[in-house]
Amino acid sequence: MLTATETGHIESFRPKRFAQRYGVDPLLTLFVLVTALYGLIILYSASGQSLSMVIRQGAHVVVGLGVMALLSQIRRDVIIHITPFVFMFAALLLIAVLLFGVGAKGAQRWLALPGLPRFQPSELMKLALPAMVAWWLTRHKLPPSMSQLAIAAVLIVVPVALIAKQPDLGTSIIIAGSGFFVIFLAGISWRLLAVLGGLGVAALPVLWMVMHDYQRTRVMTLLDPQSDPLGAGWNTIQAMTALGSGGMFGKGYAEGTQAQLKFLPESHTDFIVAVLGEEMGFFGISVLLILYALILGRCLVLTMRAQGNFGRLLSGSITLTFFVYVFVNVGMVSGVLPVVGVPLPLISYGGTSIVSLLIGFGLIMSMQRTKRVLSGES
Amino acid sequence: MELSTGVREKNLIQSRVAVAALGGGFLLLLLLTRLFWLQLIETERFQTASEANRLQTLPVGPARGLIVDRNGVVLAENRPNLQLLLVPEEVPDLDQMIAEVRQRIEFTDSDAERFAKNLKTRRRPRDPVVVKDELSESDAARIAVDLFRFPGLQIEARPTRFYPYGGLTAHSLGYVGRLSLDELKSIEESRYAGTETIGKLGVEKAYEDALLGQVGVERVETSARGQIMRSVDRKDPIPGADIPLHIDIGLTAKLYDVLGDNRGAIVAIDPKNGGILGLASAPTYDANSFIGGIGQAEYKALQVDRDTPLFNRALRGQYPPGSTIKPMLGLVGLHYGAVSWKTEISDRGFFQLSGNDHKYRDWKKWGHGRVNMDKAVIESCDTYFYEMAVRLGIDQMSEGMQHFGFGRRQGRDIQGDLPGILPSREWKRAARNQPWYLGETVISGIGQGFWVTTPLQLAAATTAMARRGNFIEPHFSVLEDVDAGAPVPLGESMDWERMIDAMEDVLHGERGTARGAARGLNYRIAGKTGTAQVVSIGQEDEYDANELEERLRDHALFVGFAPADSPSIVVALIIENGGSGGSTAGPVARKIFDYWLLDRNEGSRPPDTNYVTKINQRVLEPKHADSN
Repeated sequence: MLTATETGHIESFRPKRFAQRYGVDPLLTLFVLVTALYGLIILYSASGQSLSMVIRQGAHVVVGLGVMALLSQIRRDVIIHITPFVFMFAALLLIAVLLFGVGAKGAQRWLALPGLPRFQPSELMKLALPAMVAWWLTRHKLPPSMSQLAIAAVLIVVPVALIAKQPDLGTSIIIAGSGFFVIFLAGISWRLLAVLGGLGVAALPVLWMVMHDYQRTRVMTLLDPQSDPLGAGWNTIQAMTALGSGGMFGKGYAEGTQAQLKFLPESHTDFIVAVLGEEMGFFGISVLLILYALILGRCLVLTMRAQGNFGRLLSGSITLTFFVYVFVNVGMVSGVLPVVGVPLPLISYGGTSIVSLLIGFGLIMSMQRTKRVLSGES
Repeated sequence: MELSTGVREKNLIQSRVAVAALGGGFLLLLLLTRLFWLQLIETERFQTASEANRLQTLPVGPARGLIVDRNGVVLAENRPNLQLLLVPEEVPDLDQMIAEVRQRIEFTDSDAERFAKNLKTRRRPRDPVVVKDELSESDAARIAVDLFRFPGLQIEARPTRFYPYGGLTAHSLGYVGRLSLDELKSIEESRYAGTETIGKLGVEKAYEDALLGQVGVERVETSARGQIMRSVDRKDPIPGADIPLHIDIGLTAKLYDVLGDNRGAIVAIDPKNGGILGLASAPTYDANSFIGGIGQAEYKALQVDRDTPLFNRALRGQYPPGSTIKPMLGLVGLHYGAVSWKTEISDRGFFQLSGNDHKYRDWKKWGHGRVNMDKAVIESCDTYFYEMAVRLGIDQMSEGMQHFGFGRRQGRDIQGDLPGILPSREWKRAARNQPWYLGETVISGIGQGFWVTTPLQLAAATTAMARRGNFIEPHFSVLEDVDAGAPVPLGESMDWERMIDAMEDVLHGERGTARGAARGLNYRIAGKTGTAQVVSIGQEDEYDANELEERLRDHALFVGFAPADSPSIVVALIIENGGSGGSTAGPVARKIFDYWLLDRNEGSRPPDTNYVTKINQRVLEPKHADSN
């Protein structure tokens, strides 16, 4: 026999109720799934019709979704409780990377611990850092005071510096951003924000001084790709050519000459959106951007619904960081931002990126679960 | 109403989230605008750039024309050749790449040396350099599997010039070699867009224009690495024209055969049209070695060989003609009235100018006795021609002799021949800035002194004799059979016939200097022997060839044609340090005439391959240079 309430459940399925009760948000999961499938289709062409690559990427998505579902089940207070320890652990790993890390192309980003698959500790920090800043700021009243902000700044700068030292400019900027978003959402005063912005601009020459040569070259290349069309400017020029020559509907699936003839660098990872733009045109990219907008919109809704200030700050930061990924990647490929190694979320080939993004979504889902349901079930 | 802290904080965060969402939306719009601009406004520009990326226009080199002999035997052809090529501009580390190549295929030190030389040769930028020629299929496969790892390396089956008869044709055909930067200045560069070689010498050079053909164009789709994915469209090249020659390769083989191990040259001409039937310069070399750039060691060996195989004796060897020009000189003397057929002189073995006791010796110590023109030619009497030369004078002598083509290059399709020297007052003034002396006229009368001629010139002059007073420029190709020659304005037809009769008696007469060569002959040869001094003999010295070092011995010469009445072949030959023309050169010439008139089957008859191998062997294992 069904009780009245149970019947009501079945007769009027409400995502909100479902999500808050069971953690996994059906709409966000649907959007992510559709985007990932779209990504698999693009990847098949971008990888030069490599089915094995598509299958592996599919496995990444499945694993990521599993981890997401798993994380959404963890209680919010548990997450809050372990945050400082995870943060400390991630920071130690970053130091270990600098000391014993392995890597390629002159950058040490990977840690090969015996018995574990190789991984990048910076991925862990992508979530640990905003969580830590949120943890710190929510211990006090909001908006935060100057001294709390100062400590928050230290929490951000240390890991960012460690990652920048690897060197991994793209990730360190993203992580710094995710920490900053927490501070921003925590209600830092606009006046202070303006002052910090001014200081930031003033610090640009200093940043320029400490940048590596190749990083400077990338910035210079952005300003004038034609200055070195076969060297530093190659990526940007070829990507813009691919996008531009795609037109409204593109050259046809797997028919992009820029991509298929390998004029396009990193076509299955960082520059995959150029493949999409070349083969499916403005239309294909618009579809992707709409999917992203749906994901972001849903994340914002979940953020609004998040329980507690920690939950709100963390969810908001994760959402905004996801947006930054999209913006920086597409901006870089379309030649408005310098070339930094940022993958296109959910589309670029690579397990680490997908799994860590979905962990973030899992956290967002976990943050909006109501205590009532949790206690009701226990 | 005072809000609780919790609600206030929640509102604060949520308002910030809203602000961030607005900011994000705005940035997303910016991105969309950028994409809109790239993809919908600037489409055409980027599509052009993309096409330019994708499509490359490649020149397609035409197949070089063939060179064929009078019977259609191919003397120069194009053979497929798998070559390993490299564009140095695209190779990051040359040494490392060569090391990698060495691991995969046999790459000997001489290959390495040849490659180093090819690399040093100045070339057009991005022109590939040959790393190794004539790759085997398996070598090519071994490289091909790893080719993607080596930017700048390529394997191409390029047609390469091949001379099936090697050394037999080297001195007439010349060879093609890699286009040098200097040559680039003098050619129309676009015509050579798909071609890396050019005719360097001989017929290959003379007919470069016709042999080359017209370059084709192919548009191909290439990958970013420059790998060609497929052909989009193509305009085929037009192959070069085939060049038919007068050369008979069978006769040419015979010429080298009769020269044997001697140093010397033979030119055989068809008197009907001036076409060169055969040209030999011994020793010779294998022109195939020069195609892809010759190895340093091999080239050096050819260069220091004291028998100078690279030297084209037939076109560039300048020898005193000696007595071979007496028939022509005789006609000049008759024409200007210095002597007549009736003129007789008394020969006591020497000639003296009045008021001077210097003795100009006859080759026959006791003299020929009473001598007229016929006898002077038949027995090659020097004294008669000393006397005639003085009566004629140098001016009329050089005036008359130039009708036979002496003292100038032969022109037409002959490349690199030397002019020789036709002695004259003007020549001596220009070349030596000295006046002419009478004594020099005397020795000019027997083809000595300043006189030097090439074997080609002797053949051409003798052709004018065979044609009964009509000079036609010698030439290699049938394409140059364009005129009937120029009459030699000397004497009457009767004079020419009588002079030819005398030349017949050189072989067939009882006292002819080459009578030994004509024994048992069933056709008639008209000829003239010659013996050219290498060193001048002192006044009273007895000349004994055995005592002279071999290299100081006289050169033996012979010119002639047969059959005498309606000649089908003219031969001029010289055997360096061969001794006397009558005893050495005459019998050699006889073998050539026999071959042409008796042994030869009409039609195609290429020499047997063993013989070609033997000739080329001489080149592959050059004699070591002597110590001098």
